Amino acid sequence: MDTDVKKKYHFRHKHILEMAQFSVEDILHVLATARSFKEISARPIKKVPTLRGKTIVNFFFEPSTRTRLSFEIAAKRMSADTFNISASTSSAQKGETLIDTARNLQAMNPDVIILRHPSSGAPQLLTRHINASIINAGDGAHEHPSQGLLDLMTVMEHKGSIEGLTIAIIGDIAHSRVAHSDIIGFTKLGAQVRVAGPATFIPPRLDMLGAQVCSSAAEAVVGADVVMALRIQQERQHDPLIPSLREYARFYGVNRKLLQLAKKDVLIMHPGPINRGVEMSPDVADGPGAVILDQVANGVAIRMALLYLVMGGDKGAATT
Amino acid sequence: MTGIMTEMSETIILQNGRIIDPVNKVDAQGDLWLRDGRIVAPESSVPEGAKQFDLQGKWVVPGLIDMHVHLREPGQEYKETIASGTRAAAAGGFTAVACMPNTNPVNDTAAVTRFILEQAAKGSARVYPVGAISKGSGGTGLAEYGELAVAGVVALSDDGQPVVDSQLMRRAMEYAASHGLFVISHAEELSLSRNGSMNEGQVSTRLGLRGIPWAAESIMVYRELALAELTGSHVHIAHVSTGAATDLIRQAKKRGVRVTAETTPHYFTLTEEAVGEYNTNAKMSPPLRTEEDRQAIRLGLQDGTFDAIATDHAPHSVLEKQVEFDHAANGIIGLETSLSLTLALVRAGVIHEGRLVELMSSAPARILGVSGGTLAIGDVADITVIDPDRKFLFTEDRIVSLSRNTPFLGWQMQGKAVLTLLGGRITYTDLPD
Repeated sequence: MDTDVKKKYHFRHKHILEMAQFSVEDILHVLATARSFKEISARPIKKVPTLRGKTIVNFFFEPSTRTRLSFEIAAKRMSADTFNISASTSSAQKGETLIDTARNLQAMNPDVIILRHPSSGAPQLLTRHINASIINAGDGAHEHPSQGLLDLMTVMEHKGSIEGLTIAIIGDIAHSRVAHSDIIGFTKLGAQVRVAGPATFIPPRLDMLGAQVCSSAAEAVVGADVVMALRIQQERQHDPLIPSLREYARFYGVNRKLLQLAKKDVLIMHPGPINRGVEMSPDVADGPGAVILDQVANGVAIRMALLYLVMGGDKGAATT
Repeated sequence: MTGIMTEMSETIILQNGRIIDPVNKVDAQGDLWLRDGRIVAPESSVPEGAKQFDLQGKWVVPGLIDMHVHLREPGQEYKETIASGTRAAAAGGFTAVACMPNTNPVNDTAAVTRFILEQAAKGSARVYPVGAISKGSGGTGLAEYGELAVAGVVALSDDGQPVVDSQLMRRAMEYAASHGLFVISHAEELSLSRNGSMNEGQVSTRLGLRGIPWAAESIMVYRELALAELTGSHVHIAHVSTGAATDLIRQAKKRGVRVTAETTPHYFTLTEEAVGEYNTNAKMSPPLRTEEDRQAIRLGLQDGTFDAIATDHAPHSVLEKQVEFDHAANGIIGLETSLSLTLALVRAGVIHEGRLVELMSSAPARILGVSGGTLAIGDVADITVIDPDRKFLFTEDRIVSLSRNTPFLGWQMQGKAVLTLLGGRITYTDLPD
């Protein structure tokens, strides 16, 4: 082996748990891999044999339509065998612990487990007890790394680079795993991330993650290259965080008027599903600059890349 | 009867140790003689058959007393029993513990108290039961303090949960005093802490965990202080974790409120950073706080704001701990690490040796109104011998407690108990022959 080969980058992560685990090089490599896979989804026959014979389990403890579907499509386009377990069909309701359920899964020897769980840190817990690769598809209010990566990919597609951009994230930052992954990811790649929301939506010491907390939506949006609105989680309203969706929409809803403060070519993003008229007005969601459906399309490519990389795809084997 | 006892009794001589007995203002090298379970005056000649220990370089102190432990019996014997818990106590240098009433059934009646004391009679440490403030610790209605006191309860607490109803707490303080008891408060404002699983701050933000703000403790501490002042009763604040609560207690003491307080080794040793990557062995209530809080707690130990160091020894099995962080039970074991961690405070110059003895023995005895805490002639021979230099690696295999839930696994410790005597009987020894 000569030194050139030794210096060659290798993706070294067995598990995808959080954006925080990645170096800048890791992130750029995932994005480059995803870009190379994106074209597969545009083919008439959307399938490559790369992960043939691999077993991938979608292990979802929370309701999810698009993330689960996105992972399933990604796995199937790579020819992996996929299985879905949701909390309602799993043993969780019979009192079995997460670890016991996972060990039972492990006994059937899956290659990758994609976990969505309401408890922050649940994917980390699994990695201590089973051998399969774990991909975090959202854990509590912690992280949602594949969503963060697809957001980076989408912005990069439209802006060429992330460095120097101003990203405004408006909404319930405290309870949003997407916001956490985005703040960490965009900051790592050199963007300035601003967040805004009522103080009840802002967790303490957000500066630790690199975000700048703004006192109003307008302050966050001024001169922004990207404006992202987060879904207001209505199911969390037992803890009084806002008085009403109506008042929230008035002060923090992303609408045309607010966007006049942003750059002319501002990108509009939303991790979905949208409460139209609450965190985003319908004309904004459907208007110029909205890349919400690009996010969904890129989600498949990112998840194909992650599955490929955790399966050691870098180490040889023709990809297509 | 005395004749038989004298024949059977042997003399134990603890030689050349550094005797530290702050109550009697003693800190000097010397010998301590024990016979018939009590400290006796040294004699001119060593009696035949006397057991002699050369304790050069060791400290001889009144038996350590932990005024806040959970022994889990009755009801959760898979976590700990009175036998295993008192063995762990002896191994940690403790000769007595006060056990909290959140067993199953709750210690809210004399029958449960008597059961605990019966089991404890066979144990390796004295056990002082704490009774419940409210029936079943359910937060409504007073438990029968008179009956509990007669049965042997030394204090009252609904520990594990706060007493939400302020009027109930006020009445508890008043009624406890009528029976010579006092209340130990688990100070937590539940509406602020509910569903939280660690300190609210930078680590909870990073981990996406719901936080418990420091104010959840100090709000309730303030209420307890106000009620103690209103009623003139003695209140003891358990497991203080924040600088804010420490300040409130300091101010209350200055104006003469009858308050005593304890903190624990984990609050003066660790911070929220110990949660790391969702380590459930660093989860307890109240939670580990910030570095500023840790420093404030250490200052409180130094300046007398805290009367006692207790462990809040809370055994849990892997069933409660090897789960999602937000589902994991609160609490860590502490009996076998408390002395070593407190000795680290002495080495760091935070407290001196005599203060360690006060915090871990004399003051708990005084607060609970029980024997111990001194080494005068005629006192019960509850004695702990400490080797302040002995180094050891704290590993799972050396844990005596039935449970292993501690964030200190793998820590290199310095200083430990090497001989524990309960009424003159050896309950633990780690002396080289």
